[in-house]
Amino acid sequence: MTDIPKLESITNQVRRDIVRMVHANNSGHPGGSLGCAEFLVALYFKTMNHNKDFSMDGVGEDIFYLSNGHISPVWYSVLARSGYFPVSELSTFRKIDSRLQGHPATHEGLEGIRMASGSLGQGLSVAIGTCLAKKLNKDNSIVYTLHGDGELQEGQNWEAIMYASANKVDNIIATVDYNKKQIDGSLDNVLNMGDLKAKFESFGWMVFEEEKGNDMESVLNVLNSAKGETKKEKPIVILLHTEMGNGVDFMMGTHKWHGSAPNDEQLEIALNQNIETLGDY
Amino acid sequence: MERKDTRSGFGAGLTELGKTNKNVVALCADLTGSLKMGDFANNHPDRFFQVGIAEANMIGMAAGLTVGGKIPFTGTFANFSTARVYDQIRQSVSYSGKNVKICASHAGLTLGEDGATHQTLEDIGMMKMLPNMVVINPCDFNQTKAATIAIADHKGPVYLRFGRPKVTNFTPENQKFEIGKAVPLVKGIDVSIFATGHLVWPALESVKLLKEEGISAEVINIHTIKPLDKKAILESVKKTKCVVTAEEHQMNGGLGDSIAQLLCRELPTPLEMVAVDDSFGESGPPMKLMEKYGLTKNNIVSSVKKVIIRK
Repeated sequence: MTDIPKLESITNQVRRDIVRMVHANNSGHPGGSLGCAEFLVALYFKTMNHNKDFSMDGVGEDIFYLSNGHISPVWYSVLARSGYFPVSELSTFRKIDSRLQGHPATHEGLEGIRMASGSLGQGLSVAIGTCLAKKLNKDNSIVYTLHGDGELQEGQNWEAIMYASANKVDNIIATVDYNKKQIDGSLDNVLNMGDLKAKFESFGWMVFEEEKGNDMESVLNVLNSAKGETKKEKPIVILLHTEMGNGVDFMMGTHKWHGSAPNDEQLEIALNQNIETLGDY
Repeated sequence: MERKDTRSGFGAGLTELGKTNKNVVALCADLTGSLKMGDFANNHPDRFFQVGIAEANMIGMAAGLTVGGKIPFTGTFANFSTARVYDQIRQSVSYSGKNVKICASHAGLTLGEDGATHQTLEDIGMMKMLPNMVVINPCDFNQTKAATIAIADHKGPVYLRFGRPKVTNFTPENQKFEIGKAVPLVKGIDVSIFATGHLVWPALESVKLLKEEGISAEVINIHTIKPLDKKAILESVKKTKCVVTAEEHQMNGGLGDSIAQLLCRELPTPLEMVAVDDSFGESGPPMKLMEKYGLTKNNIVSSVKKVIIRK
């Protein structure tokens, strides 16, 4: 695909935005944000049919919900780079009077956000509601979501997972950021989730599993394949294997950077590993 | 006078909305019969969502349905409409400013025999604390029907609280329901009785008993706890100079608490509350429970006598 170098170059800039935003406040969640950079760039710059002139109802366009709201830096960067709001506004992240709250919110009217998230486990239910509204509106577009793997420990998800298959909600593509890490350590140590694929399948979902969640071509391909299976009376989930901290070598292979910010020196190293492609904010 | 349950008023209102507003959708967590949502479900199967015993998912779905212009009405018991799903309401409905109508039946002690696990007496307090949330507790069938219809036209989250037993249906049929507008029922000069929900009728009944003792009571139905009709309350209190509040709820966090806050700031006035005093309920026939926990016309009368000497 000829788009890939362009998308990778956007991803580079998104990674710079993430570490700079988190560094500037000495707070935020860089690990999961970096790990989902390819996914969100693929979604907003290629896969989704969406309108940067934001309307809350999103009729006739694909909609994305971020359920694991703590990875807001990657979403804010991708929204700004897509043209939803000025890139310069990224500098207000987590500051007082900002529209870029620590966790995404509709309250301040930031374009691109349709639901607050942060308290985990709520996004799938919300997305299913919007899928039903789309069906009632005879709107053929798709609802996309992203969830943390640890987030699936919240019971509400399984209420939603059960509902979606029982009611043939087939205009949803949920993605699980399967990095196998959460704040307190590895997923297996904190609360082993067992065989996630088998769990989703036994709940009646169609499951795609992508081992290379930080490879742009693989991400585009799995999203494309998933899209081809919508409207077939089954909800769809992608288990996207990603690496927390991907793109910044010292943030990879550990859960330590889930919610900590780099210092000045670490920022310098991180930026050197991700060249400026679209101009820093 | 005719006796009817307020939950049937909700069902009747929803039936009406089904015919008049195509954006209204309804969700229920396995209590369609108890919530009287059957008519809507049968008449509009495409707009009715049975979610099973999964209230958290129901609230999230309702929030999501607003994205696309729907006006979702969720239905389950009051306890499962509030305490069980408080964080879902807080984040996905209230903070997100979504146009969801949380409709809650079997509130308070009058749920009766099922006992304290189901008798929420804290719901008004929880819901009124949430920014953006409107809290309504109508008093009879006709008013609940009118409130149900009215909230569809209010843009934003609403908590509508009603109950299980048959109670006197005394307000006008096809009344116009104005959110946040208190309804004066009896004029008086010696005491203001502010009542909500199932306590409005006992408040009216207390007027005759008080009159026999030479006390002229004013009764105002506060069907909307938030936003509170401050003007109506202050005007009445300026005249009577003492207050009794009456509700089927904990003292903490209820109507009395809202009125006390208002009066402390604007017009300090002696006040007594007829409400449950920091206690859970228990199993029993509804009216016997109301007696045991002090929520009757006689309790209103004794509270009036107590407050009037404090003037």
